[in-house]
Amino acid sequence: MPNIGKDHIVSSYNDELVALAQTIAEMGGQVEVAIENGTKALLKLDRELADVTIIADQRIDDMQRRIDDMAVSMIARRQPMAADLRAIVTAIHVASDLERVGDMAKQLARRSLKLEGMSLQPTFYNGVKNMTALVLRQIKEALDAYSNRDSARAIEVCNRDDEVDAMHTSLFRELLTYMMEDPRNITPCTHLLFCAKSLERIGDHATNIAERAYYLQTGKQLTSEVQELQRTQIKA
Amino acid sequence: MDMVAGKVKMTQQSVNAAMNPTDMLERPIRLTARDVTVHYGAKQALHGISIDIPDRAVTSFIGPSGCGKSTFLRCINRMNDTIEGARVGGTIKLDGEDIYDPALDVVELRARIGMVFQKPNPFPKSIYENVAYGPRIHGLARSRADLDEIVVSSLRKAGLFEEVKDRLNEPGTGLSGGQQQRLCIARAIAVGPEVILMDEPCSALDPIATAIIEELIDELRENYTIVIVTHSMQQAARVSQKTAFFHLGNLIEEGVTEDIFTNPANKQTQDYIMGRIG
Repeated sequence: MPNIGKDHIVSSYNDELVALAQTIAEMGGQVEVAIENGTKALLKLDRELADVTIIADQRIDDMQRRIDDMAVSMIARRQPMAADLRAIVTAIHVASDLERVGDMAKQLARRSLKLEGMSLQPTFYNGVKNMTALVLRQIKEALDAYSNRDSARAIEVCNRDDEVDAMHTSLFRELLTYMMEDPRNITPCTHLLFCAKSLERIGDHATNIAERAYYLQTGKQLTSEVQELQRTQIKA
Repeated sequence: MDMVAGKVKMTQQSVNAAMNPTDMLERPIRLTARDVTVHYGAKQALHGISIDIPDRAVTSFIGPSGCGKSTFLRCINRMNDTIEGARVGGTIKLDGEDIYDPALDVVELRARIGMVFQKPNPFPKSIYENVAYGPRIHGLARSRADLDEIVVSSLRKAGLFEEVKDRLNEPGTGLSGGQQQRLCIARAIAVGPEVILMDEPCSALDPIATAIIEELIDELRENYTIVIVTHSMQQAARVSQKTAFFHLGNLIEEGVTEDIFTNPANKQTQDYIMGRIG
């Protein structure tokens, strides 16, 4: 981790900044696990794992509240400036994005409970499986970009969101085809459509976190122009 | 009723605060300093300071003690002239006119560039006389009625009139610290300055009196170019549109206040405003 809370004259301020960064890292870890469990529950129709994921969401919500409290108290007591101010404001945003991702993971788990006992063909899952892998990678990379203050990686995450969107669109078409082939597929495929939507939303939150990571390091908002410029530079 | 008045005031304040930072940079430049150096005897206190001060905006100088921010402020109305062994080099121009031109009348200059100090320093005279003193010696009032008008309007502009209107003949030193400071601001305003320099004007005041002075600074900047030296970074962030960071007699970084406090370019500035060991 870069020198998050180092060198402040007031050492308790150092400690608070480090604690905030650690809490975000911990929350990020829990959210990653929640996505993994939620999607695994979905793909394997694992009831136990689904329950674990649903219960874990409460802990994630609690962490968000804790991060909010920490951030508000630091703003009130320390009057943070420059990079410290950005770190604290960013923490609030990232915690809120992570909390939403936790909700999405919970929804995946809930859908898995509904899918139980339905006739599901393994092919239905192929697209969801691929999308899950990509989305999970996006969240991981976004959190890495955040904790390592890596703006280049943040831009990569943002650019890769197009892939998530494209995958979502193609999955939508695919599931529609299954529904047209056989009306009995409509119910399970509709559930899977909602799952695909949740995954797509997780991708959006990953992008948000990456944008925050970029702002945290550079102090500038990541606009589409910057993103485009970087994309052409990478190609060239 | 008070609530409504408060609300209206707040709105005005938010409009002021909402002044676009880039507008500020497009403002005409009032004061230009180029390569300003100050020596106190053999010791060099300022190393080539160059900065532009925009018209009708608040520019703040921040930096640790002994960084030269007050020394530079004092150069702007030639206060260093009075210090034995002090030598000032480089140029400072007010509206293109060199303020160190030997032909220039320094008393006249100090009427154009007023100053408010850290400790309120009213004259041991009545409230009225404190404000009337400057206009009288500069011959700004033709009659007693003229003078009365200048005193009242200056006290009003300094936001003090309502509090003292019934005791204008009582000594200025009997006022509270915050009121004394506003009296000093009224005294500076009375001679019709264009620029007001403030050297830590709130450091001897409590938070309420500080807030009143800050509100006043916000109002004054519509008509005056203000330069303020402050130890409180929060104050610089609150009241100024442009901020300059000084360190060991050098100007390290200057820019739009928002940029300095959210994303300073220089490492030393960063360390200072974030309270890090440089």
